[in-house]
Amino acid sequence: MKSSQITLVAGVLLVLCLTGSILTLRRVDELRNHATLEEVLYVSSPQALKRISLGYDGLLADIYWTRAVQYFGNKHVQGADSYKLLAPLLEVTTTLDPKLLVAYEFGSNFLTAKPPQGAGMPTEAIALVEQGIRNNPNEWRLYYDLGFIYYLDRKDYRDAADAFLRGSRVPDAHPWLKIMAARAAQEGGEAQMAGMLWTTTYETTPSKDIKANAAAHLRALRVDEDVTTLEALQARYRERNGHFASSFSELESAGMLRGIPRDPLGAPYKLAAEGKFEVTDPDDLPFIQKGLSIGYIPPPKPKILPVD
Amino acid sequence: MNRIFSIALNTFREAVRDRVLYNLVAFAVLMSGAAILVGQISFGIEKLVVINLGLTAVSLFGVVISIFIGIGLVSKEIDKRTLYTLLSRPVRRWEFVVGKFVGLVGTLVLNTFFMAIGVFGALLYVAHTLKKPDEWVLVALYFIILQFVIVTALALLFSSFSSPLMAAVFAFSLFVVGAFAEDLRGFAGMAKGITRWIATAAAYLVPNFSALNVITSVAHGQSVSGQLIIYNTAYALIYSTMAICGAVLIFERRNLK
Repeated sequence: MKSSQITLVAGVLLVLCLTGSILTLRRVDELRNHATLEEVLYVSSPQALKRISLGYDGLLADIYWTRAVQYFGNKHVQGADSYKLLAPLLEVTTTLDPKLLVAYEFGSNFLTAKPPQGAGMPTEAIALVEQGIRNNPNEWRLYYDLGFIYYLDRKDYRDAADAFLRGSRVPDAHPWLKIMAARAAQEGGEAQMAGMLWTTTYETTPSKDIKANAAAHLRALRVDEDVTTLEALQARYRERNGHFASSFSELESAGMLRGIPRDPLGAPYKLAAEGKFEVTDPDDLPFIQKGLSIGYIPPPKPKILPVD
Repeated sequence: MNRIFSIALNTFREAVRDRVLYNLVAFAVLMSGAAILVGQISFGIEKLVVINLGLTAVSLFGVVISIFIGIGLVSKEIDKRTLYTLLSRPVRRWEFVVGKFVGLVGTLVLNTFFMAIGVFGALLYVAHTLKKPDEWVLVALYFIILQFVIVTALALLFSSFSSPLMAAVFAFSLFVVGAFAEDLRGFAGMAKGITRWIATAAAYLVPNFSALNVITSVAHGQSVSGQLIIYNTAYALIYSTMAICGAVLIFERRNLK
Protein backbone atom coordinates (compact mmCIF):
# COMPACT_ATOMS: atom_id res chain seq x y z
CA MET A 1 0.00 0.00 0.00
CA LYS A 2 1.35 3.39 -0.97
CA SER A 3 1.79 6.16 1.57
CA SER A 4 -0.92 8.31 -0.08
CA GLN A 5 -3.36 5.39 0.06
CA ILE A 6 -2.67 4.87 3.77
CA THR A 7 -3.28 8.57 4.37
CA LEU A 8 -6.58 8.41 2.48
CA VAL A 9 -7.79 5.27 4.30
CA ALA A 10 -6.77 6.60 7.71
CA GLY A 11 -8.42 9.98 7.01
CA VAL A 12 -11.69 8.43 5.87
CA LEU A 13 -11.64 6.01 8.82
CA LEU A 14 -11.07 8.89 11.23
CA VAL A 15 -14.10 10.81 9.92
CA LEU A 16 -16.25 7.67 9.93
CA CYS A 17 -15.28 6.76 13.48
CA LEU A 18 -15.93 10.30 14.68
CA THR A 19 -19.41 10.22 13.14
CA GLY A 20 -19.97 6.72 14.51
CA SER A 21 -18.97 7.69 18.04
CA ILE A 22 -21.37 10.66 18.01
CA LEU A 23 -24.25 8.51 16.74
CA THR A 24 -23.49 5.78 19.28
CA LEU A 25 -23.39 8.29 22.11
CA ARG A 26 -26.75 9.70 21.06
CA ARG A 27 -28.19 6.18 21.15
CA VAL A 28 -26.67 5.63 24.61
CA ASP A 29 -28.34 8.85 25.79
CA GLU A 30 -31.69 7.59 24.52
CA LEU A 31 -31.23 4.22 26.21
CA ARG A 32 -30.49 5.88 29.52
CA ASN A 33 -33.96 7.44 29.28
CA HIS A 34 -32.83 11.01 29.88
CA ALA A 35 -30.98 10.03 33.02
CA THR A 36 -29.55 13.46 33.63
CA LEU A 37 -27.15 14.29 36.41
CA GLU A 38 -29.02 17.35 37.49
CA GLU A 39 -30.79 15.84 40.50
CA VAL A 40 -27.52 14.70 42.01
CA LEU A 41 -25.11 16.74 44.08
CA TYR A 42 -22.05 14.53 44.28
CA VAL A 43 -20.24 16.59 46.88
CA SER A 44 -22.84 18.17 49.11
CA SER A 45 -20.43 19.65 51.64
CA PRO A 46 -19.48 23.21 50.62
CA GLN A 47 -16.45 23.09 52.93
CA ALA A 48 -15.17 19.89 51.29
CA LEU A 49 -15.57 21.49 47.87
CA LYS A 50 -13.68 24.55 49.01
CA ARG A 51 -10.76 22.31 50.02
CA ILE A 52 -10.91 20.28 46.80
CA SER A 53 -10.74 23.48 44.75
CA LEU A 54 -7.06 23.96 45.79
CA GLY A 55 -7.65 27.67 46.19
CA TYR A 56 -9.35 28.09 42.81
CA ASP A 57 -12.69 28.47 44.62
CA GLY A 58 -13.78 31.52 42.59
CA LEU A 59 -13.98 29.53 39.38
CA LEU A 60 -15.73 26.64 41.13
CA ALA A 61 -18.28 29.10 42.58
CA ASP A 62 -18.95 30.42 39.06
CA ILE A 63 -19.47 26.86 37.85
CA TYR A 64 -21.88 26.10 40.70
CA TRP A 65 -23.77 29.36 40.14
CA THR A 66 -24.12 28.51 36.44
CA ARG A 67 -25.34 25.07 37.48
CA ALA A 68 -27.91 26.67 39.84
CA VAL A 69 -29.12 28.99 37.05
CA GLN A 70 -29.38 26.08 34.61
CA TYR A 71 -31.17 23.93 37.20
CA PHE A 72 -33.67 26.70 37.98
CA GLY A 73 -34.15 27.51 34.29
CA ASN A 74 -34.85 23.89 33.34
CA LYS A 75 -37.26 23.38 36.22
CA HIS A 76 -38.97 26.69 35.44
CA VAL A 77 -39.48 25.73 31.80
CA GLN A 78 -40.88 22.35 32.87
CA GLY A 79 -43.27 24.11 35.27
CA ALA A 80 -41.92 21.96 38.11
CA ASP A 81 -43.28 22.25 41.63
CA SER A 82 -40.14 20.94 43.33
CA TYR A 83 -36.69 22.53 43.25
CA LYS A 84 -34.97 20.35 45.83
CA LEU A 85 -31.39 20.99 44.62
CA LEU A 86 -31.69 24.75 44.35
CA ALA A 87 -30.97 25.65 48.00
CA PRO A 88 -27.95 23.27 48.30
CA LEU A 89 -26.53 24.55 45.01
CA LEU A 90 -26.81 28.13 46.23
CA GLU A 91 -25.26 27.21 49.58
CA VAL A 92 -22.28 25.62 47.83
CA THR A 93 -21.94 28.63 45.51
CA THR A 94 -21.96 31.21 48.29
CA THR A 95 -19.64 29.21 50.54
CA LEU A 96 -17.12 28.93 47.71
CA ASP A 97 -17.39 32.64 46.97
CA PRO A 98 -19.01 34.59 49.83
CA LYS A 99 -18.75 37.81 47.78
CA LEU A 100 -20.81 36.54 44.84
CA LEU A 101 -23.69 39.02 45.31
CA VAL A 102 -25.55 37.85 42.23
CA ALA A 103 -26.07 34.44 43.88
CA TYR A 104 -27.68 35.97 46.99
CA GLU A 105 -29.82 38.47 45.08
CA PHE A 106 -31.16 36.32 42.29
CA GLY A 107 -30.86 33.08 44.28
CA SER A 108 -33.24 34.46 46.92
CA ASN A 109 -35.54 35.55 44.12
CA PHE A 110 -35.55 32.02 42.67
CA LEU A 111 -36.17 30.52 46.12
CA THR A 112 -38.95 32.88 47.24
CA ALA A 113 -41.39 32.84 44.33
CA LYS A 114 -44.14 30.26 44.62
CA PRO A 115 -44.09 27.26 42.23
CA PRO A 116 -44.05 27.16 39.26
CA GLN A 117 -42.39 30.62 39.23
CA GLY A 118 -39.88 29.54 41.84
CA ALA A 119 -39.11 27.09 44.58
CA GLY A 120 -41.54 28.49 47.15
CA MET A 121 -38.90 28.29 49.88
CA PRO A 122 -38.90 31.73 51.56
CA THR A 123 -37.28 30.40 54.76
CA GLU A 124 -34.27 29.20 52.76
CA ALA A 125 -34.28 32.49 50.84
CA ILE A 126 -34.14 34.45 54.12
CA ALA A 127 -31.28 32.26 55.38
CA LEU A 128 -29.40 32.83 52.11
CA VAL A 129 -29.79 36.62 52.22
CA GLU A 130 -28.89 36.74 55.94
CA GLN A 131 -25.71 34.81 55.08
CA GLY A 132 -25.05 37.31 52.29
CA ILE A 133 -25.45 40.21 54.73
CA ARG A 134 -23.03 38.59 57.19
CA ASN A 135 -20.45 38.26 54.41
CA ASN A 136 -21.17 41.62 52.76
CA PRO A 137 -22.53 43.97 55.44
CA ASN A 138 -22.16 47.06 53.25
CA GLU A 139 -24.38 45.93 50.36
CA TRP A 140 -27.72 47.74 50.78
CA ARG A 141 -29.38 45.64 48.09
CA LEU A 142 -29.18 42.54 50.30
CA TYR A 143 -31.12 44.30 53.12
CA TYR A 144 -33.59 45.43 50.50
CA ASP A 145 -34.00 41.85 49.25
CA LEU A 146 -34.50 40.64 52.81
CA GLY A 147 -37.13 43.29 53.52
CA PHE A 148 -38.78 42.48 50.20
CA ILE A 149 -39.21 38.82 51.18
CA TYR A 150 -40.48 39.67 54.65
CA TYR A 151 -42.91 42.29 53.38
CA LEU A 152 -44.39 40.77 50.25
CA ASP A 153 -44.06 37.07 50.91
CA ARG A 154 -44.16 36.67 54.66
CA LYS A 155 -46.34 39.73 55.37
CA ASP A 156 -44.06 40.16 58.36
CA TYR A 157 -44.00 43.96 58.49
CA ARG A 158 -41.91 44.24 61.66
CA ASP A 159 -38.99 42.20 60.31
CA ALA A 160 -39.37 43.93 56.94
CA ALA A 161 -39.09 47.34 58.62
CA ASP A 162 -36.05 46.12 60.55
CA ALA A 163 -34.34 44.89 57.34
CA PHE A 164 -35.06 48.15 55.47
CA LEU A 165 -33.87 50.21 58.43
CA ARG A 166 -30.61 48.25 58.70
CA GLY A 167 -30.11 48.70 54.98
CA SER A 168 -30.79 52.44 55.15
CA ARG A 169 -27.81 52.83 57.51
CA VAL A 170 -25.40 51.35 54.96
CA PRO A 171 -23.27 53.95 53.13
CA ASP A 172 -24.71 54.89 49.69
CA ALA A 173 -27.97 53.07 50.41
CA HIS A 174 -30.96 53.81 48.18
CA PRO A 175 -32.85 56.76 49.77
CA TRP A 176 -36.16 54.90 49.53
CA LEU A 177 -35.07 52.36 52.11
CA LYS A 178 -35.80 54.79 54.96
CA ILE A 179 -39.30 55.46 53.60
CA MET A 180 -39.87 51.75 53.14
CA ALA A 181 -38.81 51.13 56.72
CA ALA A 182 -41.31 53.71 57.94
CA ARG A 183 -44.13 52.37 55.76
CA ALA A 184 -43.47 48.79 56.77
CA ALA A 185 -43.38 49.82 60.43
CA GLN A 186 -46.86 51.38 59.99
CA GLU A 187 -48.06 48.02 58.62
CA GLY A 188 -50.28 49.87 56.17
CA GLY A 189 -50.57 51.13 52.61
CA GLU A 190 -49.73 47.73 51.23
CA ALA A 191 -50.43 48.55 47.59
CA GLN A 192 -48.41 51.76 47.78
CA MET A 193 -45.56 49.94 49.52
CA ALA A 194 -45.66 47.13 46.94
CA GLY A 195 -45.45 49.82 44.27
CA MET A 196 -42.35 51.28 45.91
CA LEU A 197 -40.71 47.89 46.24
CA TRP A 198 -41.29 46.94 42.61
CA THR A 199 -40.26 50.40 41.38
CA THR A 200 -36.97 50.14 43.30
CA THR A 201 -36.39 46.70 41.84
CA TYR A 202 -37.18 48.00 38.35
CA GLU A 203 -34.84 50.94 38.70
CA THR A 204 -31.89 49.18 40.29
CA THR A 205 -31.70 45.67 38.86
CA PRO A 206 -29.15 45.03 36.13
CA SER A 207 -31.13 42.01 34.91
CA LYS A 208 -33.58 42.42 32.03
CA ASP A 209 -35.63 39.43 33.23
CA ILE A 210 -36.04 40.82 36.74
CA LYS A 211 -36.83 44.24 35.24
CA ALA A 212 -39.53 42.69 33.05
CA ASN A 213 -40.95 40.86 36.07
CA ALA A 214 -40.98 44.08 38.11
CA ALA A 215 -42.67 45.92 35.22
CA ALA A 216 -45.36 43.21 35.05
CA HIS A 217 -46.00 43.57 38.80
CA LEU A 218 -46.19 47.35 38.50
CA ARG A 219 -48.69 47.02 35.64
CA ALA A 220 -50.73 44.59 37.74
CA LEU A 221 -50.78 47.06 40.64
CA ARG A 222 -51.97 49.80 38.25
CA VAL A 223 -54.74 47.60 36.88
CA ASP A 224 -55.92 46.71 40.41
CA GLU A 225 -56.01 50.40 41.28
CA ASP A 226 -57.78 51.36 38.00
CA VAL A 227 -60.43 48.69 38.40
CA THR A 228 -61.07 49.69 42.03
CA THR A 229 -61.52 53.32 40.95
CA LEU A 230 -63.79 52.40 38.00
CA GLU A 231 -65.95 50.16 40.13
CA ALA A 232 -66.30 52.95 42.70
CA LEU A 233 -67.51 55.20 39.83
CA GLN A 234 -70.07 52.58 38.81
CA ALA A 235 -71.30 52.40 42.40
CA ARG A 236 -71.74 56.19 42.45
CA TYR A 237 -73.51 56.08 39.07
CA ARG A 238 -75.90 53.44 40.40
CA GLU A 239 -76.64 55.56 43.46
CA ARG A 240 -77.61 58.44 41.23
CA ASN A 241 -79.45 56.56 38.47
CA GLY A 242 -80.66 53.39 40.10
CA HIS A 243 -78.78 51.14 37.68
CA PHE A 244 -75.21 50.53 36.49
CA ALA A 245 -73.96 52.31 33.38
CA SER A 246 -74.13 49.99 30.40
CA SER A 247 -71.48 51.84 28.38
CA PHE A 248 -68.58 54.17 28.89
CA SER A 249 -70.49 56.94 27.07
CA GLU A 250 -73.10 56.88 29.86
CA LEU A 251 -70.33 57.42 32.43
CA GLU A 252 -68.91 60.17 30.21
CA SER A 253 -72.31 61.86 29.89
CA ALA A 254 -72.62 61.79 33.68
CA GLY A 255 -69.28 63.65 33.86
CA MET A 256 -67.56 60.78 35.64
CA LEU A 257 -65.11 59.81 32.90
CA ARG A 258 -63.20 61.47 30.12
CA GLY A 259 -62.77 58.99 27.30
CA ILE A 260 -62.45 55.22 27.46
CA PRO A 261 -60.08 54.14 30.21
CA ARG A 262 -57.16 52.00 29.12
CA ASP A 263 -54.94 49.51 30.91
CA PRO A 264 -51.15 50.06 31.21
CA LEU A 265 -50.61 48.26 27.89
CA GLY A 266 -53.04 50.62 26.11
CA ALA A 267 -55.94 48.19 25.70
CA PRO A 268 -59.40 49.52 26.71
CA TYR A 269 -61.07 48.18 29.84
CA LYS A 270 -64.35 46.34 29.24
CA LEU A 271 -67.61 46.95 31.06
CA ALA A 272 -68.95 43.71 32.54
CA ALA A 273 -72.17 42.79 34.30
CA GLU A 274 -72.96 43.93 37.84
CA GLY A 275 -70.89 47.10 37.57
CA LYS A 276 -67.65 45.19 37.13
CA PHE A 277 -64.77 45.99 34.80
CA GLU A 278 -62.48 43.58 33.00
CA VAL A 279 -59.20 43.84 31.14
CA THR A 280 -59.19 43.01 27.42
CA ASP A 281 -56.39 40.45 27.54
CA PRO A 282 -55.67 39.12 31.04
CA ASP A 283 -52.89 36.85 29.72
CA ASP A 284 -50.85 39.98 28.93
CA LEU A 285 -51.32 41.24 32.47
CA PRO A 286 -50.13 38.53 34.85
CA PHE A 287 -50.39 38.98 38.65
CA ILE A 288 -53.56 41.12 38.45
CA GLN A 289 -56.06 40.51 41.24
CA LYS A 290 -58.93 42.50 39.76
CA GLY A 291 -60.42 42.96 36.29
CA LEU A 292 -60.55 39.23 35.57
CA SER A 293 -63.59 37.59 34.00
CA ILE A 294 -65.39 34.91 36.03
CA GLY A 295 -63.88 31.49 35.41
CA TYR A 296 -60.67 32.88 33.93
CA ILE A 297 -57.84 30.34 34.14
CA PRO A 298 -54.37 31.89 33.98
CA PRO A 299 -51.77 30.19 31.79
CA PRO A 300 -49.47 27.77 33.68
CA LYS A 301 -46.52 30.07 33.05
CA PRO A 302 -47.17 33.81 33.35
CA LYS A 303 -46.57 35.80 30.18
CA ILE A 304 -43.88 38.34 31.08
CA LEU A 305 -43.50 40.95 28.38
CA PRO A 306 -39.89 41.92 27.68
CA VAL A 307 -38.62 45.39 28.52
CA ASP A 308 -36.59 47.53 26.11
CA MET B 1 26.88 35.88 34.86
CA ASN B 2 27.34 35.58 31.11
CA ARG B 3 27.45 31.81 31.37
CA ILE B 4 24.21 31.73 33.40
CA PHE B 5 22.57 33.97 30.81
CA SER B 6 23.72 31.74 27.94
CA ILE B 7 22.34 28.61 29.65
CA ALA B 8 19.08 30.46 30.43
CA LEU B 9 18.76 31.58 26.81
CA ASN B 10 19.34 28.04 25.56
CA THR B 11 16.78 26.68 28.02
CA PHE B 12 14.28 29.21 26.69
CA ARG B 13 15.06 28.25 23.08
CA GLU B 14 14.72 24.58 23.94
CA ALA B 15 11.35 25.16 25.58
CA VAL B 16 10.14 27.03 22.50
CA ARG B 17 11.48 24.19 20.30
CA ASP B 18 9.55 21.75 22.51
CA ARG B 19 6.41 23.67 21.51
CA VAL B 20 5.71 24.75 25.08
CA LEU B 21 4.10 27.94 23.82
CA TYR B 22 1.50 25.86 21.96
CA ASN B 23 -0.50 25.97 25.19
CA LEU B 24 -1.32 29.55 24.23
CA VAL B 25 -3.56 28.23 21.45
CA ALA B 26 -5.53 26.13 23.94
CA PHE B 27 -5.69 29.13 26.25
CA ALA B 28 -6.98 31.41 23.48
CA VAL B 29 -9.70 28.89 22.58
CA LEU B 30 -10.65 28.54 26.26
CA MET B 31 -10.87 32.30 26.84
CA SER B 32 -12.78 33.18 23.69
CA GLY B 33 -15.12 30.21 24.24
CA ALA B 34 -15.79 31.25 27.82
CA ALA B 35 -16.30 34.90 26.92
CA ILE B 36 -18.92 34.02 24.32
CA LEU B 37 -20.59 31.08 26.07
CA VAL B 38 -20.94 32.27 29.65
CA GLY B 39 -23.28 35.12 28.75
CA GLN B 40 -25.63 32.57 27.26
CA ILE B 41 -25.57 29.84 29.90
CA SER B 42 -25.10 31.79 33.10
CA PHE B 43 -26.35 34.97 34.68
CA GLY B 44 -24.66 38.09 35.97
CA ILE B 45 -21.13 36.67 36.19
CA GLU B 46 -19.69 37.22 32.71
CA LYS B 47 -16.82 39.39 33.93
CA LEU B 48 -16.19 37.25 37.01
CA VAL B 49 -15.90 34.11 34.89
CA VAL B 50 -13.44 35.71 32.51
CA ILE B 51 -11.19 36.74 35.42
CA ASN B 52 -11.62 33.55 37.46
CA LEU B 53 -11.27 31.21 34.49
CA GLY B 54 -8.51 33.24 32.86
CA LEU B 55 -6.33 33.47 35.97
CA THR B 56 -7.00 29.86 37.01
CA ALA B 57 -6.01 28.70 33.53
CA VAL B 58 -2.86 30.87 33.57
CA SER B 59 -1.95 29.38 36.95
CA LEU B 60 -2.67 25.73 36.14
CA PHE B 61 -1.14 25.81 32.64
CA GLY B 62 1.98 27.41 34.10
CA VAL B 63 2.25 24.98 37.01
CA VAL B 64 1.94 22.02 34.65
CA ILE B 65 4.60 23.51 32.35
CA SER B 66 6.94 24.33 35.22
CA ILE B 67 6.64 20.81 36.64
CA PHE B 68 6.92 18.86 33.40
CA ILE B 69 9.66 20.98 31.88
CA GLY B 70 11.40 21.56 35.21
CA ILE B 71 11.80 17.85 35.97
CA GLY B 72 13.49 17.23 32.63
CA LEU B 73 15.94 20.11 32.77
CA VAL B 74 18.73 18.08 34.37
CA SER B 75 17.84 14.50 33.41
CA LYS B 76 17.47 15.32 29.71
CA GLU B 77 20.95 16.82 29.60
CA ILE B 78 22.34 13.69 31.27
CA ASP B 79 20.42 11.32 28.97
CA LYS B 80 21.53 13.16 25.85
CA ARG B 81 25.04 13.42 27.27
CA THR B 82 25.09 17.13 26.44
CA LEU B 83 25.75 17.86 30.12
CA TYR B 84 29.27 16.37 29.85
CA THR B 85 30.09 18.61 26.91
CA LEU B 86 28.78 21.58 28.84
CA LEU B 87 30.62 20.82 32.06
CA SER B 88 33.88 20.15 30.21
CA ARG B 89 33.83 23.88 29.41
CA PRO B 90 34.42 26.53 32.05
CA VAL B 91 30.87 26.17 33.39
CA ARG B 92 30.29 25.36 37.01
CA ARG B 93 27.57 23.02 38.10
CA TRP B 94 25.77 25.67 40.13
CA GLU B 95 25.78 27.97 37.09
CA PHE B 96 24.16 25.20 35.08
CA VAL B 97 21.38 24.77 37.69
CA VAL B 98 20.76 28.50 38.11
CA GLY B 99 20.85 29.09 34.33
CA LYS B 100 18.28 26.34 33.77
CA PHE B 101 16.07 27.82 36.48
CA VAL B 102 16.27 31.36 35.07
CA GLY B 103 15.60 30.08 31.54
CA LEU B 104 12.45 28.24 32.50
CA VAL B 105 11.16 31.08 34.66
CA GLY B 106 11.77 33.43 31.71
CA THR B 107 9.76 31.12 29.44
CA LEU B 108 6.92 31.08 31.96
CA VAL B 109 6.96 34.87 32.31
CA LEU B 110 6.70 35.26 28.53
CA ASN B 111 3.94 32.66 28.43
CA THR B 112 2.08 34.49 31.21
CA PHE B 113 2.51 37.80 29.38
CA PHE B 114 0.73 36.45 26.30
CA MET B 115 -1.97 34.85 28.43
CA ALA B 116 -2.47 38.15 30.29
CA ILE B 117 -3.12 39.83 26.94
CA GLY B 118 -5.74 37.14 26.32
CA VAL B 119 -7.36 37.70 29.73
CA PHE B 120 -7.57 41.46 29.25
CA GLY B 121 -8.81 41.01 25.68
CA ALA B 122 -11.64 38.75 26.87
CA LEU B 123 -12.37 41.17 29.71
CA LEU B 124 -12.66 44.02 27.25
CA TYR B 125 -14.97 41.89 25.10
CA VAL B 126 -17.43 41.10 27.89
CA ALA B 127 -17.28 44.38 29.85
CA HIS B 128 -16.66 46.71 26.84
CA THR B 129 -14.37 48.79 29.04
CA LEU B 130 -11.62 48.34 31.60
CA LYS B 131 -12.13 49.93 35.01
CA LYS B 132 -9.69 50.94 37.72
CA PRO B 133 -10.27 47.84 39.94
CA ASP B 134 -9.28 45.66 36.97
CA GLU B 135 -5.67 46.70 37.56
CA TRP B 136 -5.60 44.28 40.53
CA VAL B 137 -5.75 41.48 37.97
CA LEU B 138 -2.14 42.43 37.20
CA VAL B 139 -1.23 41.83 40.86
CA ALA B 140 -2.91 38.42 40.73
CA LEU B 141 -0.87 37.63 37.59
CA TYR B 142 2.29 38.75 39.39
CA PHE B 143 1.47 36.42 42.30
CA ILE B 144 0.92 33.59 39.81
CA ILE B 145 4.41 34.22 38.41
CA LEU B 146 5.77 34.03 41.97
CA GLN B 147 3.98 30.70 42.26
CA PHE B 148 5.76 29.50 39.08
CA VAL B 149 9.10 30.60 40.51
CA ILE B 150 8.58 28.38 43.58
CA VAL B 151 7.22 25.40 41.62
CA THR B 152 10.06 25.57 39.07
CA ALA B 153 12.65 25.69 41.86
CA LEU B 154 11.02 22.68 43.52
CA ALA B 155 10.85 20.73 40.26
CA LEU B 156 14.53 21.45 39.72
CA LEU B 157 15.35 20.39 43.29
CA PHE B 158 13.57 17.07 42.93
CA SER B 159 14.99 16.43 39.47
CA SER B 160 18.51 16.86 40.86
CA PHE B 161 18.30 13.60 42.81
CA SER B 162 15.39 11.52 41.47
CA SER B 163 13.98 10.16 38.24
CA PRO B 164 11.77 12.49 36.16
CA LEU B 165 8.64 10.54 37.09
CA MET B 166 9.31 10.67 40.81
CA ALA B 167 10.33 14.33 40.58
CA ALA B 168 6.97 15.11 38.90
CA VAL B 169 5.11 13.21 41.63
CA PHE B 170 7.02 15.03 44.39
CA ALA B 171 6.60 18.47 42.82
CA PHE B 172 2.91 18.01 42.12
CA SER B 173 2.28 16.61 45.61
CA LEU B 174 4.01 19.59 47.16
CA PHE B 175 1.94 21.92 45.00
CA VAL B 176 -1.25 20.29 46.32
CA VAL B 177 0.01 20.27 49.93
CA GLY B 178 1.07 23.92 49.51
CA ALA B 179 -2.52 24.81 48.63
CA PHE B 180 -3.51 23.45 52.07
CA ALA B 181 -0.66 25.22 53.90
CA GLU B 182 -2.97 27.39 55.97
CA ASP B 183 -5.10 24.38 56.97
CA LEU B 184 -1.93 22.57 57.96
CA ARG B 185 -1.03 25.45 60.24
CA GLY B 186 -4.52 25.31 61.71
CA PHE B 187 -4.19 21.58 62.39
CA ALA B 188 -0.80 22.17 63.98
CA GLY B 189 -2.38 24.72 66.30
CA MET B 190 -4.86 22.13 67.49
CA ALA B 191 -2.20 19.45 68.21
CA LYS B 192 -0.30 19.15 71.49
CA GLY B 193 3.25 18.38 72.61
CA ILE B 194 5.82 17.08 70.12
CA THR B 195 3.14 16.52 67.47
CA ARG B 196 2.44 20.23 67.55
CA TRP B 197 6.10 21.03 66.93
CA ILE B 198 6.43 18.51 64.10
CA ALA B 199 3.16 19.63 62.48
CA THR B 200 4.15 23.30 62.78
CA ALA B 201 7.57 22.58 61.26
CA ALA B 202 5.94 20.70 58.38
CA ALA B 203 3.42 23.50 57.87
CA TYR B 204 6.20 26.07 57.56
CA LEU B 205 8.40 23.83 55.43
CA VAL B 206 5.86 23.27 52.66
CA PRO B 207 5.39 26.21 50.27
CA ASN B 208 2.43 28.42 51.07
CA PHE B 209 0.54 28.81 47.82
CA SER B 210 -2.71 29.97 49.40
CA ALA B 211 -1.26 33.40 50.20
CA LEU B 212 -0.26 33.73 46.54
CA ASN B 213 -3.79 33.07 45.35
CA VAL B 214 -5.83 36.29 45.22
CA ILE B 215 -7.82 35.36 42.12
CA THR B 216 -11.25 35.36 43.76
CA SER B 217 -10.78 38.68 45.53
CA VAL B 218 -9.41 40.55 42.48
CA ALA B 219 -12.29 39.14 40.44
CA HIS B 220 -14.54 41.16 42.77
CA GLY B 221 -12.36 44.23 42.26
CA GLN B 222 -10.94 44.08 45.78
CA SER B 223 -7.55 45.62 46.32
CA VAL B 224 -4.41 43.80 47.44
CA SER B 225 -2.33 45.48 50.14
CA GLY B 226 1.13 46.72 49.25
CA GLN B 227 2.54 44.88 52.25
CA LEU B 228 1.17 41.57 50.98
CA ILE B 229 2.82 42.22 47.61
CA ILE B 230 6.18 42.93 49.30
CA TYR B 231 6.02 39.98 51.70
CA ASN B 232 4.80 37.54 49.04
CA THR B 233 7.66 38.66 46.76
CA ALA B 234 10.18 38.22 49.57
CA TYR B 235 8.70 34.83 50.52
CA ALA B 236 8.77 33.51 46.93
CA LEU B 237 12.34 34.69 46.41
CA ILE B 238 13.58 33.28 49.72
CA TYR B 239 11.76 29.96 49.29
CA SER B 240 12.88 29.44 45.69
CA THR B 241 16.47 30.42 46.58
CA MET B 242 16.33 27.81 49.33
CA ALA B 243 15.12 25.15 46.87
CA ILE B 244 17.73 26.14 44.27
CA CYS B 245 20.45 26.02 46.95
CA GLY B 246 19.28 22.49 47.79
CA ALA B 247 19.40 21.56 44.10
CA VAL B 248 22.91 23.03 43.77
CA LEU B 249 24.12 21.19 46.90
CA ILE B 250 22.85 17.87 45.60
CA PHE B 251 23.99 18.44 42.03
CA GLU B 252 27.49 19.49 43.15
CA ARG B 253 27.91 16.16 44.93
CA ARG B 254 26.21 14.03 42.33
CA ASN B 255 28.35 11.43 40.62
CA LEU B 256 27.77 11.97 36.93
CA LYS B 257 30.05 9.19 35.72
